[in-house]
Amino acid sequence: MERIPILKMGRFLLVTIQVDMHDQLALALQDDLTSQIARTGARGVLIDISSLEIVDSFIGRVLANIASMSRILDAETVVVGMQPAVAITLVELGLSLPGVRTALNVERGMELLHASLRAAELEEYDGGGEEDDAFGGHDGLS
Amino acid sequence: MTVSRSDVRPIRTEAEVVAARQAVRSWAVEMKFSLIDQTKLVTAASELARNALNYGGGGQMRMEILERSPRQGLRLTFEDQGPGIADVEQALRDGFTTGSGMGLGLGGSRRLVDEFEIHSAPGEGTRVTVVKWR
Ligand SMILES: Nc1ncnc2c1ncn2[C@@H]1O[C@H](COP(=O)(O)OP(=O)(O)OP(=O)(O)O)[C@@H](O)[C@H]1O
Ligand SMILES: [Mg+2]
Repeated sequence: MERIPILKMGRFLLVTIQVDMHDQLALALQDDLTSQIARTGARGVLIDISSLEIVDSFIGRVLANIASMSRILDAETVVVGMQPAVAITLVELGLSLPGVRTALNVERGMELLHASLRAAELEEYDGGGEEDDAFGGHDGLS
Repeated sequence: MTVSRSDVRPIRTEAEVVAARQAVRSWAVEMKFSLIDQTKLVTAASELARNALNYGGGGQMRMEILERSPRQGLRLTFEDQGPGIADVEQALRDGFTTGSGMGLGLGGSRRLVDEFEIHSAPGEGTRVTVVKWR
């Protein structure tokens, strides 16, 4: 069966949806992403939907599922590039994409993933007093 | 009001659902609908075609261009011979689903078009007609 390719870039996974997906293809992407996050330990997933001409209730649910499953696997998901006409239609349809973070384009989405990875790592290493001082905010001001 | 063009597309597989929404897109483009209205029409078609396939066991979509000078409309009729819907009011409500969906297809597509009509009864299948004018 046809599959949407998933690219690994450092600690992130990248997906560009370029076809009008039938439902099984979207479900396969959901499964593939989940197993790849688990296998690679990726900390972020970026999904570029700038070529998608519609997001209906099914694709919306798949995006929301991907976001919540990746969260369970300790990875952040960001959906980028939604066309304005698609966004307007989505709202009227009544879809709110619960738990899905969005960004304007790939660049902003990558910034968002990097920022949340940095924040998560700070938290993970938190507890050492020295480190706390280093982030105390007085550096460079004296 | 006259019908200046019409066509019928099968909805028996997921690939045919994709083909149906692509046909709606190409007619909407030819009719010079705005990009937003094209998107609304295609999204509504996608919802209704998927319902016909998943709940109705497959069916068909009739496409018609309506002429009501000076306006033109695109009418889409989705028909299946499936089990039908016992309580249409309930089915139209946002969030109501008997499947694993979000229950947005019917209520949502009604908001995306100018006219929306549904005929359904248990054992008689389902017919949903939508029109968007430009
Ligand atoms: N063609 C049909 N034949 C029989 N029952 C239908 C048909 N279309 C809709 N229904 C019934 O109406 C309910 C609501 O449909 P609707 O499209 O609003 O939501 P959904 O398909 O359950 O979820 P979503 O569309 O958000 O993925 C369905 O769960 C189903 O029970
Ligand atoms: Mg539906």
